[in-house]
Amino acid sequence: MTSLPLVALAGNPNAGKSALFNALTGARQKTGNYPGVTVERHAGRFSLEDGRPVEVVDLPGTYSLQPASPDEAVTRDVIMGKQTGERRPDALIVVVDAGNLDNHLRFAIELIALGLPTVVALNMIDLAERDGLTLDAQRLSDALGVPVIPTVAVRRRGLDDLRAALSSAVTQKKPVAADVPQIDAAELRARAHAAATSAIVGETQERQITRTIDAVVLHPLIGPILLFATLFAMFQLVYAAAGPPVDLIEGWIGLLSDFVRSSMPDTLLRSALIDGVIAGVGAVVVFLPQILVLFAFILVLEMSGYMVRAAFIMDRLMASVGLSGRAFIPLLSSFACAVPGIMATRTIEDPRDRLTTILIAPLMTCSARLPVYAVIIGAFIPERSVGPGLGLQGLVLFGLYIAGIVGAMLAALVIRKTVAQGTSLGFMMEMPRYQMPNLKDVALGLWQRAAAFLQRAGTIIALTTIVLWALLSFPQVPAGSAKSQIDQSIAGRIASGLEPIVAPIGFNRDMALALIPAMAAREVAVSALATTYAIDSADDAQGEKTLREKLRAGWTIPMALAFLAWFVFAPQCISTIAVVRRETNGWKWPVIMVTYLFALAYVAAGVTYWLSTFLGL
Amino acid sequence: MQLDELPLNQVAHIADIDWTRLGDTEAHRLRCLGFEAGAEVEPLHRGWFLFKDPLAVRVGRMTVAIRAAHAAAVQVTTA
Repeated sequence: MTSLPLVALAGNPNAGKSALFNALTGARQKTGNYPGVTVERHAGRFSLEDGRPVEVVDLPGTYSLQPASPDEAVTRDVIMGKQTGERRPDALIVVVDAGNLDNHLRFAIELIALGLPTVVALNMIDLAERDGLTLDAQRLSDALGVPVIPTVAVRRRGLDDLRAALSSAVTQKKPVAADVPQIDAAELRARAHAAATSAIVGETQERQITRTIDAVVLHPLIGPILLFATLFAMFQLVYAAAGPPVDLIEGWIGLLSDFVRSSMPDTLLRSALIDGVIAGVGAVVVFLPQILVLFAFILVLEMSGYMVRAAFIMDRLMASVGLSGRAFIPLLSSFACAVPGIMATRTIEDPRDRLTTILIAPLMTCSARLPVYAVIIGAFIPERSVGPGLGLQGLVLFGLYIAGIVGAMLAALVIRKTVAQGTSLGFMMEMPRYQMPNLKDVALGLWQRAAAFLQRAGTIIALTTIVLWALLSFPQVPAGSAKSQIDQSIAGRIASGLEPIVAPIGFNRDMALALIPAMAAREVAVSALATTYAIDSADDAQGEKTLREKLRAGWTIPMALAFLAWFVFAPQCISTIAVVRRETNGWKWPVIMVTYLFALAYVAAGVTYWLSTFLGL
Repeated sequence: MQLDELPLNQVAHIADIDWTRLGDTEAHRLRCLGFEAGAEVEPLHRGWFLFKDPLAVRVGRMTVAIRAAHAAAVQVTTA
């Protein structure tokens, strides 16, 4: 344990705390978890004016010391020195929004009453001035009895003054309250109002920029159109811009496998390295470009203030299935990958809303399903035009996305009425003012989220691939045997066991076999099918063409459609299951999720199979 | 008048809030966001064109999104 002085950053949500934390610590920060709760602990280091290093923790945004959520309870417990795994802070930086003093000063006054050495950061002073406010930090300091430093965290302004004020604050030894001070709500309001009034020395009634932008962005007609245009652009970029880098990464992975292949004798170890380790790590890294583009988009939308507007526009639709607008962002991320989507549900305050969102996130068509859809659609759906600019293949693909969304909405309705019933908090959130995001903050956020993704999804996918390699490689076919390795392997035997179970929904043994390795990552189903049909082509395009022909020969159209329907719903991804376990602190919810999704997939595939057989397809 | 019935861009003051119509967490959150007797409010936006929900309301210097059902618990006067 370090014995550095500990400084805690506290303040209301939307006060710019995280930006200030980034500004103070730069990249010198660590993200972890508080024990027993799914609340992230962000800690970092910076130097005071006199060069002394201090450790700083960024506490979750809070409105008062009377907690209303697990996040807020952590904030109170850390400040009171009652949080396991954290020592009591030696000083506080209270971050307040200069443009919203009446509201933010209440929590500040509560915190100052504790008696800890405190410095107030009068943050976003530029936006307050933009809105026509003139503030006097000295007067506010006199009213509050602690130093007040004007800052603009996203522009890195006022940081030196803040460090200087903190230098003298941490050396103070003051008597500190052992309990949360009880201040009457009305008195707190009155004191906050009085302090705010004393700080405001000038005020002009300028029309706020934010109101002008909102007039367009939240327009009842233009708003939704703008939102869908943004989302459309985002998905175009996620899928298009990720193309060349993915090819590049796949090229590297290929080179690496070739190198290992040529420099090692043909042993089990070589096979484990190539088909286990390299393939496993590769399967994860290939997703990185898409994830990065998606995260960059989401970060910019969040930091600019637009994301809350998107949630506002989507709230009405989400409310019809018992969710709130807040669920929109996590579900949106899930279209790239459910893992970051489920991680993003932490922003949903209501526990039932959050749980419901986690349980339906895997139904959003993630990018790993695309390769599977592409091969099956390419093999079985004729390339025919059904209207101007409207191909049948594209239409089927669109239908699969819609099937996932409709399935998710229905699932949400049922979940809200059964396992997560009860009234929800609804939708109540502050709409922050718009501001230009700082590129450094975007880059930092991108780095942190990508690292978290690699760490969480990466370790699991890589491990699963190695286990699957073992399942497919053992026991080994004796030399000279006519039996194929796949039939001989454990996986092959599992598939044979699965066959009678999946036969009623039209699946044959080859399809059952493809489902097993697809648990590591759905797109592996494609290479598994290729292996099953003993295609060994060095050229990808040629290989895919051959695979299509083999599939056409081996499967009927109802079988192919059933396979597609299965992939819309089935929880074919161990990483997602692991993340759900982590985020819900136990096995109960992942088990429920996997059960209902497999049931849904089974029924959907069965209905698709029998309906299309009946229709004579 | 109830806050959810107040026309857009009409400034009013909160006269009273019927806390019994709200759950504990809702009431707590609403207070935190600055809803209290005497506060100046102004509805700024509503959801999609046919829906009344949700509502973006200016409360003092802050803009807050809430649902009409919650806004209905807030009594306002346009004196």
